[in-house]
Amino acid sequence: MAELGVKIGNLHLNNPVLTASGTFGYGEEFADFIDLNSLGGFIVKGTTLEPRQGNDYPRMVETPSGMLNAVGLQNKGVDYFIENIYPRLTEYTSEIIVNISGSAVEDYAKVAEKLNALPRINAIEVNISCPNVKTGGMAFGTTTTGAAAVTKAVREAFDKTLIVKLSPNVTDITEIARAVEAEGADAVSLINTLMGMAIDVERQKPYLSTYTGGLSGAAVRPVAVRMVWQVHKAVKIPIIGLGGIMSGRDAMEFILAGATAIEVGTANFINPKVTVEIVDYINEYCQRHGVSDINQLIGII
Amino acid sequence: MEKNDTMTAHNYMVDFTITDTEYVSPDVVLLKMTPADSKVQLKEMNIRPGQFAQVKTPDNATFLRRPISICFVDLEQNKLWLLVRNAGNGSRAIMNSPVGATLNIILPLGNGFGMEICGDTPLLIGGGVGCAPLLMFGAHLKANGITPTFLIGARNKDFVLLEDKLSVYGPVYVSTDDGSYGDKGLVIDNHILKEKFSSIYTCGPLPMMKAAAAIAKEKNMPCEVSLENVMGCGIGACLCCVEKTVKGNVCVCKEGPVFNITQLLWQN
Repeated sequence: MAELGVKIGNLHLNNPVLTASGTFGYGEEFADFIDLNSLGGFIVKGTTLEPRQGNDYPRMVETPSGMLNAVGLQNKGVDYFIENIYPRLTEYTSEIIVNISGSAVEDYAKVAEKLNALPRINAIEVNISCPNVKTGGMAFGTTTTGAAAVTKAVREAFDKTLIVKLSPNVTDITEIARAVEAEGADAVSLINTLMGMAIDVERQKPYLSTYTGGLSGAAVRPVAVRMVWQVHKAVKIPIIGLGGIMSGRDAMEFILAGATAIEVGTANFINPKVTVEIVDYINEYCQRHGVSDINQLIGII
Repeated sequence: MEKNDTMTAHNYMVDFTITDTEYVSPDVVLLKMTPADSKVQLKEMNIRPGQFAQVKTPDNATFLRRPISICFVDLEQNKLWLLVRNAGNGSRAIMNSPVGATLNIILPLGNGFGMEICGDTPLLIGGGVGCAPLLMFGAHLKANGITPTFLIGARNKDFVLLEDKLSVYGPVYVSTDDGSYGDKGLVIDNHILKEKFSSIYTCGPLPMMKAAAAIAKEKNMPCEVSLENVMGCGIGACLCCVEKTVKGNVCVCKEGPVFNITQLLWQN
C-alpha cells in the first residue's frame, strides 16, 4: 500500500479523493454503494444563508460526453444543515467539507461563521463560481476584486481550512487564483462548470429553463487539466483538481498536472462506486510506478 | 399523501445478463434478464411496483444512464423485465442488446404505487410504454385479493402493449387513436371511464396523466401518477428532475416517480 495521505491547509486527508459539491448530495445517497469512510472526504452540496428553491425545471440536458445543469443551488439553508444534516454526517470518519455560496459578501461571511462553530467541519469550500444564479455566484469569481473581497470576508469569519472554488469562465484563471491566495485562501479548487447552452432545434427552444447552464462531465476535462497545470505554476497553495474525472486514470492526470487532491463530480451519477475505484486505482498506480508516496507525483509535469 | 419509503429501501448496482428479447410492438422490446451473478436474488431486493431502474447504456452509447420503469419481476425465475421503447440513442442501445449481453443496472429506485388509496376497484391507466409498471402492479393487486381494471392506449392495433399479460390480472380496455382496436380516440375518452372506480393509477404521456387526474378530481377518486422528468443520477443527488409540489421542489427520482395528485401543483 502506497502512502496516499495528503495535506490541504491544516486538513489531513487519508487519500486525495473527494466528491464535488452538488453531485454527491449529503453523502448518504451513496451509502448503499460505497463505504463513505474510504474517501478522503466528501464535499456536501452548496449551502446558502437562506433556503433556496433553485431554478425551474428543466434543469438538465445531456450533451456530448457531458451534461449541462442549471440546478441553481437548491438547498434548505445553513441553519437547516446545522440542525438536521450535520448531526447525521458526524457518524462518518472521513472529512466533511461544506461548500458555501451567497448573493452578497456578507452572506458568505455569515454562513462561514456559523460553520466555524462545528467541530467536525475542518474546511469549507467557497463557491465564487456558480454560473446558475442571477446574483453573486460566478459574479464574484470572474474578477480579481470580487474574488478577493469574498475570500477576505470569509477568511475573517472562518479560522479553519479555507478552499476557494474557481470559475473557468475567465480569461486568465491564474490572476483569480493569485488574488484569493493573497487574501489568505489555504487552497483553491478548480474548475467549476463551464457556462454552456444547448438548443432543441425541433422545438426551437433552449433545453434549460434558464437558457444557459454549467457544463460538466468528461467533455470539460482537458480544459480543467490545463487550468490546474497553469494555476500550479502560479500559486504556492495546494490545488484541488476537478472537471470531468471519470476514472482513476483521469484523476492521475490532475495529480500529475499539479493537484494535491481531486474531486469526482458528474461521474458519481453514472457509477456511484467510482470514487472508491479511483482510490484503489491511485494506490495501484503508485505501486506500478514504484512510488511509495502519492505526494511525489503531484505536479511533476 | 406523503410517500418516503425509499428512506428504508436499499439500492443495488447489479450486472444483468439478457435471457430473452422480444419485439412486442414495432418500436418496443420486452427484455428479460437475470443477475449475472446467480447468487444475487431479486427477491431479496424488495422491489415494489412503480419503482424504476437506471440502466447504463451499452458501449457508452450515452453519457448518462437511462431511467426505465420496472415492468415485472419474476421471482421464481429470478428475472427482471424491462419494456423499452425506441426513444433515442440510449433506449435504442438498450433495446438492441442481444441475448447474452450484459446490462449494468441500479435498482430499485424511487417510490412505487401506494396501496393506501387503492380501494376495491382500482383503475390502472397506461399510455404507450407507460403500461410497463402496471403489469407488476396488477399482479401485486391480484395477489392481495384486488382485481384491477386496466385501460391502455396506443396509436393503433399494432402498438397495443402487454394486453395478454395484463388480462391475467383483470379486465383490459383499449383505446387506439385510429380506432383499429378497442375504442377510437384518446384513452381518457374510453367508455369505461363512465363507470365509478375506487381509485386511479396512471403512467404514460404527461397530457394523458393530466387528463386522467382531472377526471379523478372531478369524480372525487384518489389518484396517483408516475412522472418521468428528465433525470441525472436517479438517486436524489443531482437535483435535476425536480417537480413543483406542495412541499416545494422535490426530486422525482427520490420522492416519486409516483405521486398522489394532491401533492402536485399541476392538478390545480
